[in-house]
Amino acid sequence: MYDVIIIGAGITGSLIAHDLSKYNLNVLLLEKGNDVAGGATGANSAMIHSGHDPKPNTLKCKYNVLGNRMYPQLCEELKVSFKQIGAFVAATSIEEEKQLEVLAKQCIDRQIPYELLDGDKARNLEKNLSDDVTKVLSLPTTGIITPWEVTMAACEEAMLNSVELKLNYEVKTIRKDNDKFIVNNELETKVLINCAGVHCDDITNMLRTSPYKVEAKKGEYYILDHTGEKLVSRVIYPVPTAKGKGVLAIPTIHDNILLGPNSDYIEDKEDTSTGSGLDYVKREINKTIKNIPFNKMLHNYAGLRPHIDLNDFYIQEDDQIENFIHVAGIESPGLTAAPAISMDVVENIVVPKFNATKKEHYQKRNAYVKMHEMSDEEKTELIKNNPDFGKIVCRCEKISLGEIKDCINRKCGATTIKGVKMRCRPGMGRCQGSFCEAEVFKILAQETKLNVKSIKQNKNGSEVVSSFAKEDL
Amino acid sequence: MDKHQIVIIGGGSAGIAAALGAYESGIKDILIVEIANECGGILQQCIHNGFGLHTFNEELSGPSYAEKYFNLIKDIPEIKITYNSTVIKIENDNVLTIQSTEGLIKVKADAVIMATGCRERPAGAIGIKGNRLEGVYSAGSAQKYCNKQGLLVGKNVFILGSGDIGLIMARRMTLEGAHVLGVAEIMPYSNGLARNIKQCLEDFDIPLYLSHTVESVHGDGRLSSITLIEVDDKLQKIEGSEQEIECDLLLLSVGLIPENNLIEELGVKLDPRTKGAIVDDTYMTSIPGIFACGNALHVHDLVDYVSQEGRRCGKACGEYVLGKQNKNKIINNVLGNGVSYMVPQSFHFGNDVDFMFRVRKVFKECTIHIYGDGFDKKIKKLGIVPSEMQKASITAEELKNLHGDLSWEVIE
Repeated sequence: MYDVIIIGAGITGSLIAHDLSKYNLNVLLLEKGNDVAGGATGANSAMIHSGHDPKPNTLKCKYNVLGNRMYPQLCEELKVSFKQIGAFVAATSIEEEKQLEVLAKQCIDRQIPYELLDGDKARNLEKNLSDDVTKVLSLPTTGIITPWEVTMAACEEAMLNSVELKLNYEVKTIRKDNDKFIVNNELETKVLINCAGVHCDDITNMLRTSPYKVEAKKGEYYILDHTGEKLVSRVIYPVPTAKGKGVLAIPTIHDNILLGPNSDYIEDKEDTSTGSGLDYVKREINKTIKNIPFNKMLHNYAGLRPHIDLNDFYIQEDDQIENFIHVAGIESPGLTAAPAISMDVVENIVVPKFNATKKEHYQKRNAYVKMHEMSDEEKTELIKNNPDFGKIVCRCEKISLGEIKDCINRKCGATTIKGVKMRCRPGMGRCQGSFCEAEVFKILAQETKLNVKSIKQNKNGSEVVSSFAKEDL
Repeated sequence: MDKHQIVIIGGGSAGIAAALGAYESGIKDILIVEIANECGGILQQCIHNGFGLHTFNEELSGPSYAEKYFNLIKDIPEIKITYNSTVIKIENDNVLTIQSTEGLIKVKADAVIMATGCRERPAGAIGIKGNRLEGVYSAGSAQKYCNKQGLLVGKNVFILGSGDIGLIMARRMTLEGAHVLGVAEIMPYSNGLARNIKQCLEDFDIPLYLSHTVESVHGDGRLSSITLIEVDDKLQKIEGSEQEIECDLLLLSVGLIPENNLIEELGVKLDPRTKGAIVDDTYMTSIPGIFACGNALHVHDLVDYVSQEGRRCGKACGEYVLGKQNKNKIINNVLGNGVSYMVPQSFHFGNDVDFMFRVRKVFKECTIHIYGDGFDKKIKKLGIVPSEMQKASITAEELKNLHGDLSWEVIE
């Protein structure tokens, strides 16, 4: 029997697993997909909001403000990338300027550093800010991360500290039997934590009628290549409306630019197709930014945000079922809020139930090898010890064979083409894998010893190879 | 720091030929930096035949062509090659950082030749709507899986874009046991060579849908169907013309882009039409000492022309290094009606020049009119298409009375 089972290995589930791994507890993390960070965590704005925006007296506000303060240290501990690049909220009318004043007031209340700048001063700092921008709210504590890197690192370190991760495991039934939960008639646990994203209500409905309904809100994004001059050096928000934060321009950790998202409710909770939302993004982004190099468009994607009808996060122990914990409705600013949510759930709900003690020997993970962040001397040393790091496989992002092998051969390592791409970036560049995907495929087959026909591009059902040449003749 | 007279980045068809040209011009110290463990570049996955008619008077496969051309340089001690090596940075004064299994080294060159080839335009750049599915590949990527690893990435194939790689892959996939359902081309004419339309589509009864494009892709995990849609003469989608075609592989052959990342960051000026560097007739870019040729300069239709251009570039680069280059005034090409691009963009007065260009649309009987103050030449053509590169050689003797720019246009 487990002490804790967590359902869903997105950012919140993984951080909770990671925080729990510091205690002497028997923890299992379940994930329906074939990799972690495959849902909302894998497709969002990849940024750490300052906390200026959520409505006062909401959980979103509380956890956002706290989460923003936790990220620098968290990322240092997990040895993952974090950059505090700041943000502008850009107003283009008198009405919007008034709105900036409201946000500035919220910053004061929440002790968030800010500055109000007039349009010209802002354009001195961000030359591609639209000429229509009259005033900006500057937020220096806004940051960027790679959300799946944080998630994968948290899972890896949790696994190093004896948390079990089961991938490809879909929860179909849950029943409560006295003081234990039984999942799929085979896994038993004392505490059950529901971090199932857009499926939180489906999970809850297995035990009781869910007090909330999760709707999927789709957001579509463009990614621009990182060659040439930077379009923007910090996050640019429009002034928020009742519908949300609007369409943003966001630099990524690797100097690409994200443009998006739109925000549309959709029926199918698995539908991450892109479509008309992208046209909306293209139109709206012109409001705050000029000189957008759409010819540098690399890729587009859509993410689903789990929105619940209570219009706030729903984070609490169930009011009817003891030891069943909801972590639901984690839409924006969920990524920012996740470390604070995890801390609260672990420290204030789970640990007191067990009177759990901290582990004496806690094992830290090793960072992914990131050659692009190394000096020439460090690279030389690395290659001397292992020539695989000298052999470039992805010419666009300059990723070596050694880096690819490193991201496969570790706990929570890559097992799919996309898994490799997310962990160490081959295929993220200009050619989008046209040169290197077949190479990456070969390396995956060699390292994992999987049958070539079983290797997947992405999620289950996406096997790369249909047949051997001439097999069907 | 190691020093070389000329460093050539890329050991594909352009790079090998450039090395030969540089050697022939009298250069004694040439280094080719090659990312793979053999030379030949993309030719190594082009196992079909049709290469080398102009160069070797026979139809060779890609690897055979590469081998045959490589044999011309392999025993020349002045040409060194470093394999499994990638130039990761070029700094001012032609200092290159090369990463290889041996480590990281810096070399300084008197001149650098970019022979880095081109890349395929990816799916993300054309904005097909739908899920991110397995089963949407650039034609070249599927070609690599198939020809280098013996693996098919789909069984029922539809191809978007009638570029040559797409056409070649229609035939290849058929020969390897897949079923090719059709090729869609958004333009009212094919973008591939006429012989490829005949040999790769017609001979296998594969339909070509002109003025059609793929509107969206469908499936869960793997592609299960596409929506094909017709476009009008302004390339606007015609509502109601949608048809769904079941397939598990969509190959994209939607354009090639010269690969210039290294020099773009240095500030070399690129031509928005070719997407390669702007060069003069010595193939020197806007930064002195940096040269470009082959598909890195502009996308060619035949490898023979790549080799010819590489060799000319190598020779001109050698003359530059040896201080023998023509220092006469520069004449600009001015492009008029019907001409989509021209390489070189300018040339030295007093040189014989090989011009390469493409036209904007299909012209039946027409005349290429080349003129300027003191020069007028008309070349009659029986029919020319954008997919076939046009060539014109003009001697210094013919151009000796030219004053000012040289204009080009197509007259129907």
